[in-house]
Amino acid sequence: MLAIRTGQKVEFSEQSLQKVTEIINRYPEGKQKSALLPLLHLAQDEFGGWLSVEAMDYVARMLHIQPIEVYEVATFYSMYNLKPVGRFLLEVCQTGPCMIRGAEKLVSQLEEKLKIKNGETTTDGLFTLKTVECLAACGYAPMLQCGEHYHEFLDTEEKVDQLLDQLRRKAAANN
Amino acid sequence: MSRKILLDKIGIAGIETFPVYRSNGGYASVEKALKMQPADIVEEVKKSGLRGRGGAGFPTGLKWSFIDKKSGRPRYLVCNADESEPGTFKDRFLMEKLPHLVLEGMITASIALEANLSFIYVRGEFRWIIKILEKAIVEAKEAGFLGRNILGTGYNLEIVVQTGAGAYICGEETALIESLEGKRGNPRIKPPFPAVSGLYGNPTVVSNVESIAAVPWIVNNGGAEYAKIGVPKSSGTKLISACGNINNPGVYEIELGLPVKDFLFAPEWCGGMKNGKRLKAVVAGGSSVPILPAGLFLKTANGEDRLMSYESLADGGFATGTMLGSGGFIVYDEDQCIVRNTWNFTRFYHHESCGQCSPCREGTGWMERILHNIENGHGKMSDIDLLWDVQKKIEGNTICPLGDAAAWPVAAAIRHFRDEFEWHIKEPKECMVRNFGIAEPAIV
Repeated sequence: MLAIRTGQKVEFSEQSLQKVTEIINRYPEGKQKSALLPLLHLAQDEFGGWLSVEAMDYVARMLHIQPIEVYEVATFYSMYNLKPVGRFLLEVCQTGPCMIRGAEKLVSQLEEKLKIKNGETTTDGLFTLKTVECLAACGYAPMLQCGEHYHEFLDTEEKVDQLLDQLRRKAAANN
Repeated sequence: MSRKILLDKIGIAGIETFPVYRSNGGYASVEKALKMQPADIVEEVKKSGLRGRGGAGFPTGLKWSFIDKKSGRPRYLVCNADESEPGTFKDRFLMEKLPHLVLEGMITASIALEANLSFIYVRGEFRWIIKILEKAIVEAKEAGFLGRNILGTGYNLEIVVQTGAGAYICGEETALIESLEGKRGNPRIKPPFPAVSGLYGNPTVVSNVESIAAVPWIVNNGGAEYAKIGVPKSSGTKLISACGNINNPGVYEIELGLPVKDFLFAPEWCGGMKNGKRLKAVVAGGSSVPILPAGLFLKTANGEDRLMSYESLADGGFATGTMLGSGGFIVYDEDQCIVRNTWNFTRFYHHESCGQCSPCREGTGWMERILHNIENGHGKMSDIDLLWDVQKKIEGNTICPLGDAAAWPVAAAIRHFRDEFEWHIKEPKECMVRNFGIAEPAIV
């Protein structure tokens, strides 16, 4: 599982460094390790959507803890990606209530349209498809999460096409 | 039976902002609580009969009364917003629509517990909710309801929004505390309970979002008034998140004691079965509680109408009853396959087991593999007894309740739908195209 070394130096931007200080100061003195989960999210957001060994070691140094304390946490929580992912990570909920409202169909539609299997990334690096467990959107199934957003009621092919188009346009606009 | 005390202001435009919330009576409980003795606030919550809305149903006031105030160590309130139980999406709704109600509850509860630092632990996937809460905190601070010297009383309180990172187990209170300390979410052995030794080894109370959101009403109106709502032992209102094969999935606030038949079929709630299908089964309180076939869900084994209350849903024990749990209400129509659903749930628990206790770590994987075989036409008759045996050996043999939560759905599925498992094994080909349930024709 763990982990990939890129050989590249990682460093937070000025803005993120400010955020780091702000987060660490939330906790009582000597309890700065509580900032670990939030800092790993920050690192993942800033360093391309996943955590390299370098990124984890960087966070360890910031919190004055051992690298292993970061690795054991990063491998425990499902939101931390330990290998590179596409620009858009599509996380489809596959748990019971979503399943009975068509989650399996949604996964196969995405596999077909993106020409990848669950867990893979498209060759253009745009999309990674991943099934996940309950995202607390059971009444609005089937659904997927992409970054900050929940896309719910994806019960027709048109809606899936629309979503993929929207994301492709977003990528094109940013390039 | 449609009284609302949590969602009563939901329709007001701008209610998620401080000025609108405040001008509609918001934060009155903070003003009142600051003039009360902390122990008296706890007493009101005790009198209300409010039971923990996260799933366990333990009396909230009693839990708060256990907090160690004598040692003089710092005390913490932690609001549990790690909502991850399949079928449950109510806390998300509350935080999204009424962030200031949640904050008001947290401030009032912190006053009762004499805490100066409180946390709300939100599951990491709810990124937009974290922003909503952080904005609400800034607003409350600017208005003097948070921070130093609140309303000039000398009371100080900071509230921190803590982000989870994808782990169902962190909804268990001691795993949540571990996670909040920056560790893996491995539950702790109890005792000591968090009320004595919780976050950073200090006295801590962990309460669910919905429980905390009920506190302002209780403080404003008194515990005795709250106890009049609902039915004895199940007082108050409960948020139910309804999903599955129904016409109106969504979040509803109900007065406890509402007949399940009304909740399921009346147009103001679930609105009946989608596409006119027959009702097959219901999981009434989140994936962990026993599934019930239609007949036993609508009426108890004694033939009484089942009610949405802790006692009525539990009537008959696990033999013929279930639990109110978290209020995650999943409805299955006649086309749904119980074996497939049970396999899906065991995969969930296998994925979410923290791995500390062998019965859960290994047992959930065994159950998933056995059920996968049965569902895919490779089952043996002896597998059903094996499955029963495995779940029995998990139940009660783990540090935290995740083991029980993984075992109960399997036990209930075999108990009530054994014939469906047998059909999957006897007619593997046919079970792929047809579903052999015991769908008792209920009310359509």
